[in-house]
Amino acid sequence: MSSIPASETRSSVELALGGRSWDIRGRLFSGALLLALLLSLAILLTLLVTIWEDAWPVLRDRGSDFLASETSSLPERAGVRQGLVGSLILITLVGVVSLPLGIAAAIYLEEYAKDTRLRRILVANIRNLAGVPSIVYGILGLVVFVQALRSATGQASYGRSYLSGGLTLAVLVMPFVIIIAMEALRAVPWSIREAAYGVGATRWEVIRSHVLPYAAPGMFTGVILALARAFGETAPLLLAGAVTGFLATSPGDPLETLQGPYTALPVQVFAWSRLPGEAWVGNTAAAIIVLLATILVVNLVVIVLRTRYERTW
Amino acid sequence: MSGRGEVMDTTDVVTGGGPGARGEGAAHAEVVELGRGEHERDEHEVVFDVSGVNVWYGAHLAVRDISVPIRVNEITALIGPSGSGKSTVLRCLNRMNDLVEGARVEGEVRYHGVDLYGPKVDPVEVRRRIGMVFQKPNPFPKSIYDNVAFGPRIAGYKGDMDEVVERSLRRAALWEEVKDKLRDSGLALSGGQQQRLCIARAIATKPDVILMDEPCSSLDPIATARIEDLMHELVADYSIVIVTHNMQQAGRVSDRTAFLTVDVNEDGTRTGTVAEFDRTERIFTNPSDERTEAYVTGRFG
Repeated sequence: MSSIPASETRSSVELALGGRSWDIRGRLFSGALLLALLLSLAILLTLLVTIWEDAWPVLRDRGSDFLASETSSLPERAGVRQGLVGSLILITLVGVVSLPLGIAAAIYLEEYAKDTRLRRILVANIRNLAGVPSIVYGILGLVVFVQALRSATGQASYGRSYLSGGLTLAVLVMPFVIIIAMEALRAVPWSIREAAYGVGATRWEVIRSHVLPYAAPGMFTGVILALARAFGETAPLLLAGAVTGFLATSPGDPLETLQGPYTALPVQVFAWSRLPGEAWVGNTAAAIIVLLATILVVNLVVIVLRTRYERTW
Repeated sequence: MSGRGEVMDTTDVVTGGGPGARGEGAAHAEVVELGRGEHERDEHEVVFDVSGVNVWYGAHLAVRDISVPIRVNEITALIGPSGSGKSTVLRCLNRMNDLVEGARVEGEVRYHGVDLYGPKVDPVEVRRRIGMVFQKPNPFPKSIYDNVAFGPRIAGYKGDMDEVVERSLRRAALWEEVKDKLRDSGLALSGGQQQRLCIARAIATKPDVILMDEPCSSLDPIATARIEDLMHELVADYSIVIVTHNMQQAGRVSDRTAFLTVDVNEDGTRTGTVAEFDRTERIFTNPSDERTEAYVTGRFG
């Protein structure tokens, strides 16, 4: 900057305040950022459009018939009913197993455990587990649930059952559930806990009456997103014995269902994608759209819940 | 620096009557001895006898050798520069320091003669009888009613909860403003109202002491004046200990004042000590410690 002259005139001040009208580096930088954003959006959009082009004829011609039909060797009769039902049963199982365990673990780590080195190592490793590729969990599922625990997960199905698949996915999402729940608990300010302790609450009363209720909205929205992720997982299920076309349904005996063979929507997409012929390309694309739509609906519900119940401190 | 004895001496020598010297409380034996004649009936009973207290946070000595007698139906102020451990001392009185990992309290805190840190004492029960109001208003994100009712409810109160809520809110001078919206969230109130709600919440469990940790530091002058008026009303039924960094406030509201200073240790850490404890008017008009004088006259702090 030039030094300011001793006697200021209106025009000299105007000139000085004008500054550099062209901040080249700043503009370049924001331009580059915008480009990065547009590029990633463009890739996503291309992907969606391509799939949509293949899927649209199938969805248009078959409509709800595509959702309601079972799979078939004839592409014009094949549908995603088994995949959808299978995925819903699986995700229920994942929720029932991973939510109580994950949230309980988070409450322990966040509210009860002393801040020792052991705790820090545990937390760091839980974070690492969240980054482990899902295929590794598939191997774990195969070894533990399908093989070692076959007597429990289903002898008749050789362990390739809902239970094996559900437990594998539950283990997969557990680190996410724990981390999300811990973050939600940590978001409850210390001052609120102090207030509750201050009127003579025990630690349990502080957690039950205050920390948990206030953390719940954040916890559940995050957890639903983790479940949505499990909904789209394919690789671990392939290893943990998902099959196409089979769907155990014994309405009278839920345990028999759970121990029976299973399939899931992403597995069906994978299986169909390997079949030859234009018709299967269309079916695969349509199944992908069904999968995406389901996840989109789940995410929308989460966003609505979040805006309604979110608390700012 | 002054040990316990010196601090006590100061207290006892200066038993002159003052704005805070009211009532008929039974006298503390020593004090009667020293104050005989002129002000014999001015001394209130001691509710908290803090003597020789050190508080450690891990390896750091936060406050050293704190000795302050706190009397019934009086407002005792803890003043001093930041880092002098005012809040730390306050939080010893209801065992709030227990919640801080690595915190350790040495010395004696006697509450009605009972050692608060004795092996049989349940900190939960302590906090029920010794209410606390915090620096930043921290109502629960629940209804006004539930904010006040939470304490009695967990204490197993079986009587008329509506009555408790109304009485507490009236006592905290908030009832008229909120009586038609008890179901609204406590967070919907203004800052000053929130702080009075916190006071109502604190007195709902029927404590006999209220600890206030800079209760007005986030409030505007009008809300501050209301809280100060309220403190003057409450002191008829409660003993109040207030931490404040605002000397004028200490001067306006308190009967006695403890002035804490900071000593810088060899390793650069800071430890708070009581430089002087006396009647407030004496602290402000004729302090015996030059650091107190420097602080109250605004030469530092």
